[in-house]
Amino acid sequence: MIINHPLLGPRDSEEFVYLGSTDLINRPTNWEEEASAEDFYQYQYIRDNIAGDHQELWYHEQGDQSWLVVSRNTLTHEITKVELAQDVARTMGRGK
Amino acid sequence: MSKTRYSAFKVLKEALTGHKGWEPTWRDAEPKADGYDVIIVGGGGHGLATAYYLAKNHGITNVAVLEKGWIGGGNVGRNTTIIRSNYLLPGNEPFYELSMQLWENLEQDLNYNAMVSQRGIMNLIHSDAQRDAFIRRGNAMLFADAGCEFIEAKEVKERYPFLDMDNPRFPIKAALAQPRGGTVRHDAVAWGYARGASDLGVDIIQNCEVTGFNIENGKCLGVQTSKGEIKAGRVGVCVAGSSGRVMAKAGIKLPIESHVLQAFVTEGLKPVMDNVITFGAGHFYCSQSDKGGLVFGGDIDGYNTYAQRGNLPVVEDVCSGGMAIMPSIGRARLLRMWGGIMDMSMDGSPFIDSTEVDELYFNGGWCYGGFKATPASGFCYAHLLATNNSHEVASAYKLDRFRRGAIIDEKGVGAQPNLH
Repeated sequence: MIINHPLLGPRDSEEFVYLGSTDLINRPTNWEEEASAEDFYQYQYIRDNIAGDHQELWYHEQGDQSWLVVSRNTLTHEITKVELAQDVARTMGRGK
Repeated sequence: MSKTRYSAFKVLKEALTGHKGWEPTWRDAEPKADGYDVIIVGGGGHGLATAYYLAKNHGITNVAVLEKGWIGGGNVGRNTTIIRSNYLLPGNEPFYELSMQLWENLEQDLNYNAMVSQRGIMNLIHSDAQRDAFIRRGNAMLFADAGCEFIEAKEVKERYPFLDMDNPRFPIKAALAQPRGGTVRHDAVAWGYARGASDLGVDIIQNCEVTGFNIENGKCLGVQTSKGEIKAGRVGVCVAGSSGRVMAKAGIKLPIESHVLQAFVTEGLKPVMDNVITFGAGHFYCSQSDKGGLVFGGDIDGYNTYAQRGNLPVVEDVCSGGMAIMPSIGRARLLRMWGGIMDMSMDGSPFIDSTEVDELYFNGGWCYGGFKATPASGFCYAHLLATNNSHEVASAYKLDRFRRGAIIDEKGVGAQPNLH
């Protein structure tokens, strides 16, 4: 697979490390509350495991060490969109 | 329906009478209008084994196995055929040892030649720390009566002269072997269980895709399929690889990601490897088929996918693992390579459990170790479906174990499915 890095252009997926769904950006912020255990359980262990268009986190370990959000079809491996994860996280209202 | 008993005498008799007496191995059925006591979703090794043990051990014969494609067309036909029970943790080792014992009696039980070959499996050791870890694992195996053998480097070299003992980066220091491990003809496992189940009255229904579950007031009453609605007293899903897609139809999310594992076979070679050998520093495992091909595999590709094909970086990684322990493999040409979809769970261990929906049960999350578990998985899933209680050796395989902190993490890498 070739990942079209927004800053560096097309790069081989071999240069990247895969983490998982972009849902992992949304770590619960209510860790001080008793009820957060369930939220952290859902965050840490439960996955949508989508068959189709999937937004996922790739880390450019052997490159500029940026985190990317890659939109990729899990049935065909076709990549339709690549963004910097920090931009995506900001639109989700996260700090960085 | 086939009630033919296979034997050398039968083969001889058929040979002398023009092979006119052979019958289909199992009966291809259509759904019954009034439904079933139990429906198994998924006609792979685990599903067929479940149906067989439901009928044989529990006398429940009004059972249907629904298969989207053809039986044995999924992961039971895509694995590297290795069987072993060399696990460390108490939640796992007794289960896999039960599986090994069932393998040992499988052919007599089913009256079917599955080519169970206890040729032994040998895990290579490359460092002092690994030696300690493997001795600990060996002790766990001895506790479970799985048996093991510690082999010093000198003997490894004598037995397998083609191994690169003095590789500068990954020298071979010793090995831990399980002589009872080995290989099995994987397709024959599906066919043998199908024949056994069919003979006991189970309906095997192919080209029958489950498209939805009929759930009312939190209770599963049956399934919708490409061949219409089928009523069921109890539904057992058993579709590892597609668990996410199928369980989503019941509105259930799982602690599972789907990943692709690639496997490889070389052209036929003269006999060189009489057992199964695994590389301890990377991930590479290899055996030689009866046709002479070296069958090998390594790590999963590492990204979510439902496509039954992988990418080239992992091909290179697997092959370099092979080159590190047996450089002669570099002269062999690849005949075929393929991919299968794995249910990668959050701790690397499987699930055999009830779900939040009454009368709907789940078996999956086998990561890339499902084939060796086939008999015990069917045995324990049948026990659960018949009695609504977990079998003793599968009692740790609960879906809520992450919520309780009772994970079974053999590799110790945490909730990172692509590293298990």
